[in-house]
Amino acid sequence: MVQSLFDWFTLHIEMVYIVILSIFLGIEVIGRVPSVLHTPLMSGANAIHGVVIIGAIIVMGRVEPNNYLALVIGFLAVVLGTLNVVGGFVVTDRMLEMFKKKKSTSAK
Amino acid sequence: MELNLLTLCYLIGSLTFIIGLKMLAHPESARKGNLVAAVGMTIAIFGTIFLYQEDGQKLHNYGWIFGALLLGTVVGFIVAKKVQMTAMPEMVSLFNGMGGACAMLISIMEFKHITDHAFVWEGVSSLPGFMLIVGNINHLHMLIIVVGMVIGSVSFSGSMIAWGKLNGKVKDLNYNGQTYVNLALLLALVGLCSWYVYHTPISSSDVGGIGFTLTDGTIATHGLQPIQIYLFYGILVLALVYGVMFVLPIGGADMPVVISLLNSFTGMAAAFGGFLYGNQVMLTGGILVGAAGTLLTLLMCKAMNRSLQNVLLGAFGSAAKSGGGAKEQGNYKEISLSDAATVMAYANKVMIVPGYGLAVAQAQHTCHELEKTLEEKGVEVKYAIHPVAGRMPGHMNVLLAEADVSYDKLLEMEDANEEFKTADVVLILGANDVVNPAAKNDPASPIYGMPILEVENAKTIIVNKRSMKPGYAGIENDLFFAPKTSMLFGDAKAALQKLLAEIKNV
Repeated sequence: MVQSLFDWFTLHIEMVYIVILSIFLGIEVIGRVPSVLHTPLMSGANAIHGVVIIGAIIVMGRVEPNNYLALVIGFLAVVLGTLNVVGGFVVTDRMLEMFKKKKSTSAK
Repeated sequence: MELNLLTLCYLIGSLTFIIGLKMLAHPESARKGNLVAAVGMTIAIFGTIFLYQEDGQKLHNYGWIFGALLLGTVVGFIVAKKVQMTAMPEMVSLFNGMGGACAMLISIMEFKHITDHAFVWEGVSSLPGFMLIVGNINHLHMLIIVVGMVIGSVSFSGSMIAWGKLNGKVKDLNYNGQTYVNLALLLALVGLCSWYVYHTPISSSDVGGIGFTLTDGTIATHGLQPIQIYLFYGILVLALVYGVMFVLPIGGADMPVVISLLNSFTGMAAAFGGFLYGNQVMLTGGILVGAAGTLLTLLMCKAMNRSLQNVLLGAFGSAAKSGGGAKEQGNYKEISLSDAATVMAYANKVMIVPGYGLAVAQAQHTCHELEKTLEEKGVEVKYAIHPVAGRMPGHMNVLLAEADVSYDKLLEMEDANEEFKTADVVLILGANDVVNPAAKNDPASPIYGMPILEVENAKTIIVNKRSMKPGYAGIENDLFFAPKTSMLFGDAKAALQKLLAEIKNV
């Protein structure tokens, strides 16, 4: 068990780097966000984790064409992932659109 | 060559996520940031579809993939475009649940992929139905699949409950010992997963062989017992149940914090998918959201002056009982619509404090009309926005922006507190805890220390509420019994409409 853990680390050291650096990056990037933006930011981050859809596409793309149960589950996964991505980005955009409108009217 | 192009796509994707998130955190660039991330996502998705290869083989089932993409896009787009601005928080929760479910299904598919390709090996008499796994699947592989599934499932079922709670379909459920039941569930889940991952799959050396040579010459080094296959689905069910139980007791106004937390859960589930496929963009995107989401959750808690532990374990209610109960309540006085209208129409400056009640009643447009009518009469009108007003931090700004209230009329808390001193009338629309003076002068109060809007500095205070019931913190508000304060009962929208008509008549 320990040996396999060690092997895995050696094999995936670049991934471990990505994880560690991304954690700091994620914290750093939104460090001083004004509370006004909490909701849109959460919604935007929500859309970004829709990246999970790539996993769904990969898993779907290698199912044998006659394995219908797997195809249906995969189909569902891709639909849900797409909903997350598209819905997430559109909702965020709608929220932020209003912030913009607000500014242009006040400028007039 | 093609694989390199895909790596490049993923690099671009990861970069746009970072830049997008960074831009989202600043008001001027937020909208562009969202777009940048969306473009990166599109590149990563299409890159995967057309360029991804595994053992020199491209993906197939294009028909199914594009069908699913099209369906998801159309439905997602329409739903997101049609949803009311007040329903935004539950929409985010719903989409978050979809992402969680996607991660859950990926893990299920991966597990099915393993079992579908396994061979039943009757050669081991002590383990009937023993299945040999083709390919190099070890404990860590199993760990990633199981943990990805568990996090995804909890995020999915939890988000669905949060969604139901926000749109009023699911009610709070509280019973004695709930915290312990949930804790026990969590421990059972973690324990079961650890046990499962440690014992599954069985290394072939455990059953007396270094590796079994299969008919096609490959060597299988691991295997599964039938019971372990059922147990996998058992863990799935337990995780779904835990998600439900975890969110059920949490109060409606705390939902934003929970959604933000579940949001970072889904991010982590996506990151586990990244491990599974050695996919950098999933890893970066997932971890970024996981980390940023966790921080955002803590920031939200801070803005509400609550600890995450309090939100999750519901310690708030019990603290409130010990804090506020003993105090003697005075009398409050009501104000008639015409009196309220007169006071406001003849004021020099009116400040409006919108709260949860305004959001629930969807009264933002009526509120804006009231503001315009007052201004025509020469009254200066400003809004005082508490950082956590509405159903989510920042939600009130979005709502008022939707109603075309101009940006410079919205005052943040610190500026507003200066302005209250010169205001003649403060109109509080369905806000309660954010104007409770107990946060300043009662150290025993559970909300003590929370920054509040100091409305008591104004000359007159009119409070619109549906009833005298305390706010979500469950504590009485002395402000309502102050001599300067008068109450205007009723639904925010209905009351504002009547008030508007009266003001026009003044």
